[in-house]
Amino acid sequence: MSGPNISDNAQVAAPRRSFNWTAYASQFGAFGVLIIICIIFAVMEPAFITSINIFNVLRQVSIYGLLALGMTFVILTAGIDLSVGSLLALAGVAGAAAFKSGFGVAGAIAAAVIVGLLGGLLQGLAISKLKVPAFIVTLGGLSAFRGMALVFAKGQPISSFPPEYTRFGQGLIGPVPIPVIIFAVFALLAFIVLRYTRYGRYIYAVGGNMEAARLSGLKVDAIITSVYLIIGFFAGLSGFLLSSRLNSAEVIAGMGYELTVIAGVVIGGTSLFGGEGGIFGTLVGVLLIGVLNNGLTLMNVSPYYQQVIIGLIIVLAVYLDQLIKRRQ
Amino acid sequence: MNQAANQHKPALRVENLTKRFGGLVAVDNVSLEVYPGEVVGLLGDNGAGKSTLIKMISGVHRPDGGHIYLEDREITLASPQDARSLGIETIYQDLALCENLDAGVNIFLGREPMKPMFGVFKQVDRKHMLEESEKVLDRLDIHIPGLNRPIREMSGGQRQAVAIARAVYWNAQLVIMDEPTAALGVPEQRKVLELVRTLREHEVPVIIISHNLQDVFAVADRAVVMRRGHLAGERMIKDTTSDEIVSLMIGGDPIA
Repeated sequence: MSGPNISDNAQVAAPRRSFNWTAYASQFGAFGVLIIICIIFAVMEPAFITSINIFNVLRQVSIYGLLALGMTFVILTAGIDLSVGSLLALAGVAGAAAFKSGFGVAGAIAAAVIVGLLGGLLQGLAISKLKVPAFIVTLGGLSAFRGMALVFAKGQPISSFPPEYTRFGQGLIGPVPIPVIIFAVFALLAFIVLRYTRYGRYIYAVGGNMEAARLSGLKVDAIITSVYLIIGFFAGLSGFLLSSRLNSAEVIAGMGYELTVIAGVVIGGTSLFGGEGGIFGTLVGVLLIGVLNNGLTLMNVSPYYQQVIIGLIIVLAVYLDQLIKRRQ
Repeated sequence: MNQAANQHKPALRVENLTKRFGGLVAVDNVSLEVYPGEVVGLLGDNGAGKSTLIKMISGVHRPDGGHIYLEDREITLASPQDARSLGIETIYQDLALCENLDAGVNIFLGREPMKPMFGVFKQVDRKHMLEESEKVLDRLDIHIPGLNRPIREMSGGQRQAVAIARAVYWNAQLVIMDEPTAALGVPEQRKVLELVRTLREHEVPVIIISHNLQDVFAVADRAVVMRRGHLAGERMIKDTTSDEIVSLMIGGDPIA
């Protein structure tokens, strides 16, 4: 039996690769930019590399970093969630209200997380079952969740909590801020889930070819719904953490977070078309944004200019990515 | 090969399958048998009902009437997953592979092998998937350099080979191929047809949907022709001509 030898000429000579270089290279663009920017800041502003400042950056990053973990799941399925900032605010006021009504810190966390999960479930079902595009559903959520927060809290922040509440956002374990530890734990968990579990592989499959995934017997609707549940969970958790850090649950909390978070994920090399990317890239992406904000502030660059610079660097980082991918 | 047809029981038998979409009867009372080690070419013009018939056998559509028997046992298919678990593997025209993932992941998609991780969790065993993929491709005498590349970076023929390897790996009782050569260049078409012959050598029955008569004459034992949802006729390839098949397809004399 002489079987066919199917090989295209261009690839015949290529050595067998045991390592997916393209995936790694796509993270290198942003990673390189992050390293260079850290070096520049460290040289120009010695205060940048003090441990206090580093933990300060990490604490700022951890709040929207949690959202970015969820956003990575969503974008890997070729979805998008514009509602995270609004859901964060709604969950924050719900948690704060639960605490003020005497349910304790555990009650506050539970209330915030449940509100986040419900918001995510609602949007996930609308996207997977009613087949309304994710962009539209979550654009609706962006407006509706913010509105609900305003109605619920009557437009007023809910403020002044005892230390047992604010500890989660402001406290330290050793030298490390508690939100940073929470972020690190969930980042590791998300990394393992995406990389090593069946569910994680299915997310990539759904993002790569939804129809193929369906024909292979994957429960595509359930997988899509689940990623919005996951980002809803993170919106709830970070809603609580932000109110804890600020000692106030603001109805305007998290405004514009969706763009910061999506930017972080995309800078980290996750494709908006789905199926490509991962948690490591997202960590690089959110750190890049955090470092830029922090470093430019330390150097007394006006916040107006900061926005311009961050915008340019977003485009530059993604451009470098593509350049490296094309070279491969 | 087909003399086996008289000795063996059919691997697949469908009886009076019917499917309606609203007022349209896409498949009307079609019966068909496929024997082990036989390649059946399913022919017909666009809209003749070939794909609908196949989708009922592969669990995508639920029939409105009729029965499907696999090895003499009646089966009901609620989903493509049901069909696959019974050994009916379908290779779709657009291949239904995830182009962002490698060959191993695609071959095992939905049925991943697991191994323990930290003693507590289970993780997808990628190494095993890659090794097994290599083995099954070797068995088919297919050599694809860089198996761990995403499918996207492979040629059309290589992708088709991965799709076929997936069917073979899971011990298909029946392989259905929907226009397997449609998207390929001429040399790759030939290679895919060779693969079909390899499947036959492994005693796996194959149904090929095509409107390319050359393909069917090159590789099939028997041609089944559909027209407007009906079975227009069946011919042994060695006893027929392409003229006769074409007249069945477009409606010469309807002999069953």
